[in-house]
Amino acid sequence: MAVPLVEYLVLGDDPHLEANQCIDCGARFFDRRNACAACGGQSFEKAAVPTEGEVRAFTIVSMAAPGIPVPFVAAVVDCDGTSVRGNVINTEPDPDHVHLGMKVKLATYPIGTDDNGTEAIAFGFEPV
Amino acid sequence: MADNVWILGIHMTKFGKYPDKDTVDLAAEAALGALNDGGVTMKQMGVLAAGNLMAASGGIGQQLQKQIGQTGIPVYNVANACATGATALRTAIMAVKAGECDMGLAVGVEKLAGVGLLGAGGRPKSDKKEWEPRGRYGAVATVDGRIGTETMPGVFAQVGMEYGHKYGGTTFELFARISEKNHAHSTLNPLAAYQKRFTVDEIMNDVMIAYPNTRPMCSANCDGAAAAVVVSDAKLKTLDPDQRRRAIKVSASILTTDPWQEACQILPDVNTLTRNAAEQAYAQAGVAPEDLDLVELHDCFATAELVHYDNLMLCAPGEAVPFFESGATWRDGATPVNVSGGLESKGHPIAATGIANIWEVCHHLRGEAGDRQIDGATVGLAHVIGLGSACGVHILEKAA
Repeated sequence: MAVPLVEYLVLGDDPHLEANQCIDCGARFFDRRNACAACGGQSFEKAAVPTEGEVRAFTIVSMAAPGIPVPFVAAVVDCDGTSVRGNVINTEPDPDHVHLGMKVKLATYPIGTDDNGTEAIAFGFEPV
Repeated sequence: MADNVWILGIHMTKFGKYPDKDTVDLAAEAALGALNDGGVTMKQMGVLAAGNLMAASGGIGQQLQKQIGQTGIPVYNVANACATGATALRTAIMAVKAGECDMGLAVGVEKLAGVGLLGAGGRPKSDKKEWEPRGRYGAVATVDGRIGTETMPGVFAQVGMEYGHKYGGTTFELFARISEKNHAHSTLNPLAAYQKRFTVDEIMNDVMIAYPNTRPMCSANCDGAAAAVVVSDAKLKTLDPDQRRRAIKVSASILTTDPWQEACQILPDVNTLTRNAAEQAYAQAGVAPEDLDLVELHDCFATAELVHYDNLMLCAPGEAVPFFESGATWRDGATPVNVSGGLESKGHPIAATGIANIWEVCHHLRGEAGDRQIDGATVGLAHVIGLGSACGVHILEKAA
């Protein structure tokens, strides 16, 4: 039994992210929607987001809230026109290993098991 | 509708640590200072707009009235992230413009010394014992640190890096040199929280917070307050020549929020709303970027200052790096930016910032800025941005 860290992460054989896409204008969102922030539309459909992309912005966080392990690489990944927030993982978190424009792909990893024996799965982006 | 609105009096406290003063003490010092500077009293004020972000539900306006004058006027307690001070000022300006009164007072105050990392939530983040979807993303556990970062230094680091991805040229050292400039400027500002010059090496080798922002490249958390008295054109004409001579014209007062853009809910888009505010402000004032004698912009992080050169159209699109490299934004350059030392050294007591930057500009336009006076300054711009987002831009001009 496994659950995704966030609802927009779809697990299974082909893990990917799923956006709420406005039927009227195509704007994509990852959170639960009341309406579209771009056009006001109220109808949405699920849209699979490409799993490969390019790092458009990043930072290497060395100081964070208590309980959050550092350092880690926070990034914005451009997945073929859909921007995604995610950490760059499976590489050293330093400026020699992470750079603007680097090609990455979605990767999942377990973050732990709760008292019911359920595993939670998170995602990040690793170098291609 | 009233014609122009003017700053009649303005004051900021020294920014720093005030363990023995509370927010009301600091707000009162700023408010009484502004009234005194304008040669007016609380009894002449027709509106009070006040901001104190960290205690936004506390009613700082009424608390202040209870110390300096309960005259029964309307109070607007405002909260708009780091644009809170600019929002308070603009609220007072709107009341005067609407003809509801001919004078108003705006105050911003914050106690932020020692508060630590903003955006970190202030409490240890730990996972629950049972995975249960919560919130708008249906998250079963903490996402900060797992899906990007919620800390301000990290968010604004990405803002600067994104600019670099788009246009190139943004090295760690470049951002450090922006910080070097502002710390150098601060040595001339006795009201700055920190007045210490750093070398680029010192800045780059200081504690890393969120690459490429090291500690001196982050805004300094501190205590402080600032306040301004605004007056209508008609009322100003009835005041003494000395008051009229020192009055500063508010040529533009603009507030914007972020219009939807792809990615704006992934990484806050601090660019579009700033550019929109700047465009509206230049049009309202009939002023062009090249007319500006000085600019105080929201350098909450060194990475943010760079993008705002472009957003405020101080340079051609995409040219922020060569613009900075040219030396233009140093105090002896073509467009001096943050001659106060900026948020990185003057400090950033959140709600005070959006009025303190106007105090700085007014001081130069009045020719009262002492050692750091920009000679002959006649027009300046003050910019703040509050994440979430809100952007305030004011253009100020010396009385003709």
